[in-house]
Amino acid sequence: MSGFYAFLDALFLQANYNATLVAVGAALLGLASGSVGAFLFLRKRALVSDAVAHATLPGIGIAFIVMVAFGGSGRSLAGLLIGSTLTAGLGLFLVDWITQRTRLAEDAAIGAVLSVFFGFGIVLLTLIQTMASGQQAGLEGFLLGSTAGMLFEDALIIAVGGALAVLAVLVLRRPMALVAFDVGYAETLGINTRRVDMAMMGLVMAVTVIGLKIVGLILIVAMLIIPPATARFWTERTEWVIGLAAISGGMAAYLGAAISAAAADLPTGPIIVLVSAAFFGLSLFFAPGRGIVAAILRRRRFQLRVHLRQGLLALAHGEKILEPLTLSVLLRNGFIRADGVATESGRALAAKTLRDEKRWDIARRLHKDDAVASRYDGLTPIEAVLTEDEIAEIDVRLGPPQMVVP
Amino acid sequence: MALDAVKLVIPEAELELAGMPAMEIRGMTVSYGDKPAVFSVDTVVHAGSMTAIIGPNGAGKSTLLKAALGILPRVSGQVSVFGMPLEKAKAKIAYVPQRASIDWDFPTRVIDVVIMGLYRKLGLLGRIKEQHTTDAKAALERVGMTEFADRQIGQLSGGQQQRVFLARALAQDAELYLLDEPFAGVDAATERAIISVLKTLQAEGKTVVAVHHDLATVTHYFDHVLMLNTRNIADGPVATTFTAEALQDTYGGRLATAQVEQLQLPVA
Repeated sequence: MSGFYAFLDALFLQANYNATLVAVGAALLGLASGSVGAFLFLRKRALVSDAVAHATLPGIGIAFIVMVAFGGSGRSLAGLLIGSTLTAGLGLFLVDWITQRTRLAEDAAIGAVLSVFFGFGIVLLTLIQTMASGQQAGLEGFLLGSTAGMLFEDALIIAVGGALAVLAVLVLRRPMALVAFDVGYAETLGINTRRVDMAMMGLVMAVTVIGLKIVGLILIVAMLIIPPATARFWTERTEWVIGLAAISGGMAAYLGAAISAAAADLPTGPIIVLVSAAFFGLSLFFAPGRGIVAAILRRRRFQLRVHLRQGLLALAHGEKILEPLTLSVLLRNGFIRADGVATESGRALAAKTLRDEKRWDIARRLHKDDAVASRYDGLTPIEAVLTEDEIAEIDVRLGPPQMVVP
Repeated sequence: MALDAVKLVIPEAELELAGMPAMEIRGMTVSYGDKPAVFSVDTVVHAGSMTAIIGPNGAGKSTLLKAALGILPRVSGQVSVFGMPLEKAKAKIAYVPQRASIDWDFPTRVIDVVIMGLYRKLGLLGRIKEQHTTDAKAALERVGMTEFADRQIGQLSGGQQQRVFLARALAQDAELYLLDEPFAGVDAATERAIISVLKTLQAEGKTVVAVHHDLATVTHYFDHVLMLNTRNIADGPVATTFTAEALQDTYGGRLATAQVEQLQLPVA
């Protein structure tokens, strides 16, 4: 139980100073990464963020070495972040350059840049550990994030960086969305699409760099991609994808930070990613419209309607029904008895279904290549598409109704 | 009514437009790698005309259009629109891309797509006001798509999608409309609706250019034609340009003589 209370304390920022800093910082980071990631997701360049993230590592190493060489401790977060920005930018430039100058596809360029930069970064980190200064650099913390010794000024960097990123998203949302949707058209509107893409990647770089302290470079990709993928399940509108991605990213980060504060051994970054993944999983299954359950139900309902119609037409024609699903649909609706004989209501509806079928035939001929013809799916009741007068007119051509004999 | 009561004030901008070609392309070469898709094309689109760009598959029709609009980089060549460099004339241009180039699962509704056409009026931060929505709906009305305003674009048929993109171009209220295969894969009703909108545009004094595939309708729909096969084979009024000889030159052996005869070409 004490673990739960610790979680509540952390959730309401009543836990210790460090936990509060981490929770607030993480929430802001989640908000920024979710909204920036939404554009990356819509532009279908999500994986570029992986190259950017891994390319930060050599920058961290180089910045440390430079700072120590100038007599510092080498652990200033601001200094390390500047270094990581420089190599991340170089990595991004290389991905772009390789894609444009060669016939290699972007995924190959990403794979090459990502692994080479990461490998070089690991070499530098190993060298640093054997350096004469010998002090505990703690740079490995940037791989998966380490929030234990987070300082107020670290949180401040994240807060200011995150707020600036969100502000930039608000200002640039319209051109960025246009470029993501239709880059050629955006160009004809006079938008400098190259610059818009660069701004987007710049924002990705900024979010990645400020996220290094909390989630680390390996997992920051999850904070950029999972929230918009989650949001997409709930809406068909661009602005809402961005807004919901920001909210779900912020909430996942805040909750994740609170959970890891409550249980001292749980690492913050990975827990945030797991919470975010839980949001994704829930959306994947239960979102109305695009969720899996909704899709299964929709298909099932459609299937039942088709079978009901086929069954009624078979009754009207006096054909024998063999399909078990058709029989069970008719039985459940009380249109046939258990022995397969049509009931009175079954006969009545069968007669109407057959008549509607003939009405549709005439309607389609009357409205050739018109909107009405395209709405004919054999399942929509004719009364929902045509007016009473129109149906009456068709009936004149059709003659009197016919009974279905048992 | 006395004649002097009628004020004859022609805005300066329109005076400038008068007599100026809508688009002038000089020495345009575009290539993928070192193989030219469009080679050294010179052509003029007359203001107020309805011009078809025709030619076989791979002749560079779409490429020419995209390069003229600055969507694709060109190896060489210059483009002027109403006598101005392209970069300064973008407000006068509305482009309707090929339907196949769009991701139809993108989270956006019909009305949102049309509002994209108002981007230049909205600017970076301008809020979408009542007036903008009204303008967008009026554009949808012109293509008969009002009732679909709130649908996600993927839920439309091919013809309906094409109409939405035409509505977006209409919302831009441009002078020069450039359409990339507007009739590809659309139903007959949509084709009629689109051509009627385009003819109305022309009647309003606008210029329309369309990449076109159906040779049978060229004489009905268009008054000017650019026949392209990497190079400019022939261009000018349909009545004098769209001849059996020019068609053979453009399409080579791909067009059977019988097909050409069926076209009821204007007698040159």
